[in-house]
Amino acid sequence: MSLWTMVLKMSEGLGRTCAIFFLTLLFSVPLGMIVAFARMSKNKVISGITRFFISILRGTPLMLQLLAVTYGPYYITKSLDFISISVARNKLIPVVVAFAINYAAYFAEIYRGGIESMPVGQYEAAEVLGYTKTQTFVKIILPQVIKRILPSITNEVITLVKDTSMAFTVSYQEMFTIGKQIANSQTSFMPFVVAGVFYFVFNAIVDFGMGKAEKALDYYQ
Amino acid sequence: MILEMDNIQKSFGTLRVLRNISLSVDAGEVVSIIGPSGSGKSTLLRCATFLETVDSGTISYMDTPAVTMDEYGNINYVSGAELRRIKSYYGLVFQQFNLFPHYTVLKNVMDAPLHVQKRDKAEVRETALELLRKMGLADKADAYPCQLSGGQQQRVAIARALATKPEILFFDEPTSALDPELTGEVLKVIKQLAEEDMTMVIVTHEMPFARAVSDRVIFMDGGVIVEQGAPEAVFGDPQQERTKLFLRGYER
Repeated sequence: MSLWTMVLKMSEGLGRTCAIFFLTLLFSVPLGMIVAFARMSKNKVISGITRFFISILRGTPLMLQLLAVTYGPYYITKSLDFISISVARNKLIPVVVAFAINYAAYFAEIYRGGIESMPVGQYEAAEVLGYTKTQTFVKIILPQVIKRILPSITNEVITLVKDTSMAFTVSYQEMFTIGKQIANSQTSFMPFVVAGVFYFVFNAIVDFGMGKAEKALDYYQ
Repeated sequence: MILEMDNIQKSFGTLRVLRNISLSVDAGEVVSIIGPSGSGKSTLLRCATFLETVDSGTISYMDTPAVTMDEYGNINYVSGAELRRIKSYYGLVFQQFNLFPHYTVLKNVMDAPLHVQKRDKAEVRETALELLRKMGLADKADAYPCQLSGGQQQRVAIARALATKPEILFFDEPTSALDPELTGEVLKVIKQLAEEDMTMVIVTHEMPFARAVSDRVIFMDGGVIVEQGAPEAVFGDPQQERTKLFLRGYER
């Protein structure tokens, strides 16, 4: 198999790689905010449970979580009489669910760090001026938090690009899975080199975009 | 009365910071509060502006009750539209300015009148620019707070507080975070406001300033008002031993 054929075959999976990447961001970025608020809740039960789940999600391998979300429902319901859930035919769904939940846990902790680092004076100034709690968060706190956490977010997004390759554990036909199959059938290391170049270029684009975003927020402090 | 605070008590844990303090401020009056640090001056302002909740006592603005107490001593704060109305009666200038760093100077001044008070944009803009002119910052409207000196930032904060057209303005040590050479420009605009009969309560360590600008000076220590009166009386002929001792510390 020529190098060019390899590249073409692997590109066919690139769409799925991008699907994992963008759908994960689409769901985990807002979900992380909800988790962050639950984590910061004054209600000890809510914050305690959230803290526990975050520690599980950050403390176990993403690969394990992928397997659990994809095959877990089948094994758990197999022994029950009244319900049975088969393994999803479209693996994109469990893959995105697992990724979104895992990344939401990381984003939540980044958001929390950013929100808690805001000086209390900003809240007090807004309160005395009569802003509502929602206005204070949306207009005053959130824009400044975004600026502060953007470098950490960039880190996570870059990691996500590379983590998409983990979908091979549940045989989702994304770029890396295809590459691995070619590598096996052709007994060649070349597909891994191609995959490496793909990820590197993908991340160069991410880096460029996030750099632009950081620059756009450079106008103060 | 613009502001009336009666028998205010406030503790942090076991520390009693305010012990039965009453303060009323008349329209056009300039009241300075002086006293050693930890005497409860700032806490009194923070209770007046609802940044702290009182343990007991009552507060009203413009004869509208804001904090009431029932016969069992339970405190009740007004809420909703009533609270919003009461909040529009006062403004607060912080020691640390607390400007919004991501907004331009003009937006800092305009945002609350626009989005909290829902006033007309053209009118708000005109008011804001006029205030900035008055503060000597007309050319800084498009600058960001981080591009300004501390004295300039504090003057923006004063403009921001005035833009909501409050009946009374509180200052919490407005010059304490400034380099000595920058305090003058801030004190000058406060003096100017006093001449325009703005009602103000100023917590300060600037004794000559307090003496010059105030109609009434309050000396606080240990959570109580030790002595109050006309500036000439408090500074020129203090009656209480603690006041004398405190003022002597400033003469050196």
